[in-house]
Amino acid sequence: MENILEVKGLTMDFGGLRAVDSVDLYVKPKEIVALIGPNGAGKTTFFNCVTGIYTPTKGDILVNSNRGGVRINGFKPNRVTERGLARTFQNIRLFPNMTVLENVMIGKHCRLSAKIFGALFRDKKTRAEELKAAQECYVILEKLGLEKTCDELASNLPYGDQRKLEIARALATEPKMLLLDEPAAGMNPQETVDLTHLIRMIRDTEQIAILLIEHDMKLVMNLSERIYVMDHGQKIADGTPVEIRNNPEVIKAYLGEDIDA
Amino acid sequence: MDYFLELFLGGLTRGSIYALIALGYTMVYGIVQLINFAHGEIYMIGAFTALIVASVLTIFGLNSAAILVIATAAAIVYSSAYGYTVEKIAYKPLRNAPRLSPLISAIGMSIFLQNYVLLAQTSDFLPFPRLIPEFAFMEPVSHIFSSAELVIVVTTMVVMVLLTVFIKFTNIGKAMRATAQDKTMALLIGIDVDRVISVTFIIGSSLAALGGVLIANHIGQINFYIGFIAGIKAFTAAVLGGIGSIPGAVLGALILGWTESFATGYVSSDYEDVFAFALLVLILIFRPAGLLGKSETKKV
Amino acid sequence: MIAQEIIKSLKAAIWFMFLTFPIMVIKVNTVYKTIEWRWMNMVFIGVGVFVGSFVWRWLLERKDKPSAKKESISTRTQAYLAENPISKRALQGALLVALLFFPMFMDAYQINIFTVALMYIVLGLGLNIVVGLAGLLDLGYVAFYAVGAYTYALLNTTFGMSFWIVLPIGGALAAIFGILLGFPVLRLRGDYLAIVTLGFGEIIRLVLENWNDFSHGPSGIAGIDKPNFFGLELNLNQMTDGVYYMMVVFTIITIFFVGRLQNSRIGRAWLALREDEIACQAMGIGRTRTKLMAFALGATWAGLMGVVFAAKTSFINPASFTFLESAIILSIVVLGGMGSIPGVILGALIMILLPEYMRTFSEYRMLVFGGAMVVMMVFRPQGLVSNFRRKYSFHGVDERLGG
Repeated sequence: MENILEVKGLTMDFGGLRAVDSVDLYVKPKEIVALIGPNGAGKTTFFNCVTGIYTPTKGDILVNSNRGGVRINGFKPNRVTERGLARTFQNIRLFPNMTVLENVMIGKHCRLSAKIFGALFRDKKTRAEELKAAQECYVILEKLGLEKTCDELASNLPYGDQRKLEIARALATEPKMLLLDEPAAGMNPQETVDLTHLIRMIRDTEQIAILLIEHDMKLVMNLSERIYVMDHGQKIADGTPVEIRNNPEVIKAYLGEDIDA
Repeated sequence: MDYFLELFLGGLTRGSIYALIALGYTMVYGIVQLINFAHGEIYMIGAFTALIVASVLTIFGLNSAAILVIATAAAIVYSSAYGYTVEKIAYKPLRNAPRLSPLISAIGMSIFLQNYVLLAQTSDFLPFPRLIPEFAFMEPVSHIFSSAELVIVVTTMVVMVLLTVFIKFTNIGKAMRATAQDKTMALLIGIDVDRVISVTFIIGSSLAALGGVLIANHIGQINFYIGFIAGIKAFTAAVLGGIGSIPGAVLGALILGWTESFATGYVSSDYEDVFAFALLVLILIFRPAGLLGKSETKKV
Repeated sequence: MIAQEIIKSLKAAIWFMFLTFPIMVIKVNTVYKTIEWRWMNMVFIGVGVFVGSFVWRWLLERKDKPSAKKESISTRTQAYLAENPISKRALQGALLVALLFFPMFMDAYQINIFTVALMYIVLGLGLNIVVGLAGLLDLGYVAFYAVGAYTYALLNTTFGMSFWIVLPIGGALAAIFGILLGFPVLRLRGDYLAIVTLGFGEIIRLVLENWNDFSHGPSGIAGIDKPNFFGLELNLNQMTDGVYYMMVVFTIITIFFVGRLQNSRIGRAWLALREDEIACQAMGIGRTRTKLMAFALGATWAGLMGVVFAAKTSFINPASFTFLESAIILSIVVLGGMGSIPGVILGALIMILLPEYMRTFSEYRMLVFGGAMVVMMVFRPQGLVSNFRRKYSFHGVDERLGG
């Protein structure tokens, strides 16, 4: 399997409500893909299914691994993260009373191995591992321009930096693919431009794929190589930014039918 | 058969009392998502107030019907006042705090109130006067079902009906349901959420006071600690039925009452409280939403 | 303005005088049918609430002001000590010397009180792992304490096993109980978890009370051996000293271990779990495993202390393991500051020593601590000593990484 993520016929029901309806999607390595659609289209639910927060009703989620595709439906979120998918949240979910650096080090957790014994006796191996982890996390913070704040509590950061810190934390899990849920929400135009550069820089330097949900069309059109459009739980279109821009179905979904007529 | 019937009716009586207390838990939880740990103490204070008022009136020489009415009224007034005050002091300032804070505050309040009664009154069991008379028509069955038990069951049923009507049809009842569903939205459409919360505490406390008077009269003695066990059991009932659900609380209370009654009657009376706790642990593990509760989907 | 404030306080005073009237003023003797009217209590309540009401509103106002964000004394002290390792070592040394020489100047009674205080420090630190670090409100902590105590009591009285052999067994058994309880309940939400642990604690106590063949019921187990120190024959006073020094060592080890846990990979995972469970899982932390670890470790310390308790008192019964005991340990953690080691130490000293030395105050102890839990949550939820996070220094990181 050459795609890094392959979703086939993903369906998610809540009671009688079908929030996601047989959606297919794939992401190739080092690709930037956007998932767009009006509010309530099921984008975040789709993310939650892929990252293990919900167990989908039907369909397959396959992740590339050394031994071909692995079906990760129903995996717990932490197992999904171990498989190389890391995410951020639409409404920022940092650990507010931990320092910035500690927040990032939480992301490193699943790549470290210290156990109780190591914690209690702090042997040489554990110390080396901790130091290395702290340094690597510091480097990530530097990359995102947050290193000055590394001893601050996460809750004291300005809003834009909190969004960046979420990305830093996700990067620390050493992902093969990053899932960003509305990374530009609440940012001003300048911050959004910076974010665009940042995301592209991450893709280029870390060689990872990025799947993002976003409402800011400028960012989406500038950044993504392919776009999926969802409406009412279904995928209504996919293609390059140019194709999407000229797709009548998409225009209809976004503008509503009255204007169309 | 007589024995079975006796246990059945005993369970029904217990269940009715649990239901009266459980309603307070369930209503408060439905509205502010808080386990009001001090609710059992409100019930205990109701029973104490009734005891004190009844004793004073007995010494003054009133007739027992008047004593019953006045003592019960006093218990209801005072329990509501305590419930109202506890909410204002210990929970209201913490409405936006992390979830554990109000819970710890509630535990503190519970310990405080227990010791308050212990210090101001006594640590001994006090005999509770028999206020409910023996009815002549209950004579043939009184060996398995006493008049006091009949009063408990009937009162509970009447209260349930009144409460259902209140919540379904009055304005404040509707406001309560709206607040339970979405506090912010309720606030936006002009519901005085603070007032709704206060009313909820007052109603819950009144029901607990009524339960306190009835059970104290039935058992015949009280002390400062009765609220703790009763509180836990009523909470078990509320969770069993699905916390937040009013019919659930009643159903849960009756199931718990019967479980205890039959288990102590047929298995062993030493482990009476263990059955309740075991039931609580089992429900929370296997069906945390309870019998009639809805399981919530986590929002991300 | 001032008049308004006074009216507010007056209203509060009148309300509380009404509220406390039946319970504070009337006392009926049901045997002799006499009533005692204690009107003075009403006056006390009125005056007390009138004054208290001002303080209450003043504190509420102060809490809401943004300027209150100034760092507290405890935070500044901790920051100073973290930056000046020499003063930190000096302080630790001074405390250690004081602890070591303490028995030379005190009688057995005082030493005993301090031993108990040290035991509560250890219990508090153990519970702090569960409540303060991992954010799991455990109201049945005393159950694990009971497991330890009964393990030693039974193994010692029936098989004659010695203190030092049973000590690890008691700790391990408590940890196993912690896992057994933890496994099914850990997916529950915070407040449900609290109630289940409370139920579990009560079940253990009720079983101990009723299962006569196993635990000797309410009468308990007597004649448990005191700990053996290197085979020395000790008289009563020497034994008190011995247990005291043992507890000093225990306490130091516990502080040391808990401090390390806090700043380890696991400790960070606990904190993250406490802060945001969903984000924590999404960042690759296994929820069940992490919670179980906290539960088991917290229980271990309770189990160890249970063994020490049984050996120290040489008599135990179920009455020592009521919910009240859990509540005391919990208030130590809450009062001192959840997640903070110095906080828990301070909390334990206040909770255990104050009532001992203020005898008249001791019957009001639970009243005051119940009230303090409420006041703490309302005005200072972080406790007396706020949790202080370690800072890392990165001088020259770039060079070392060849950046």
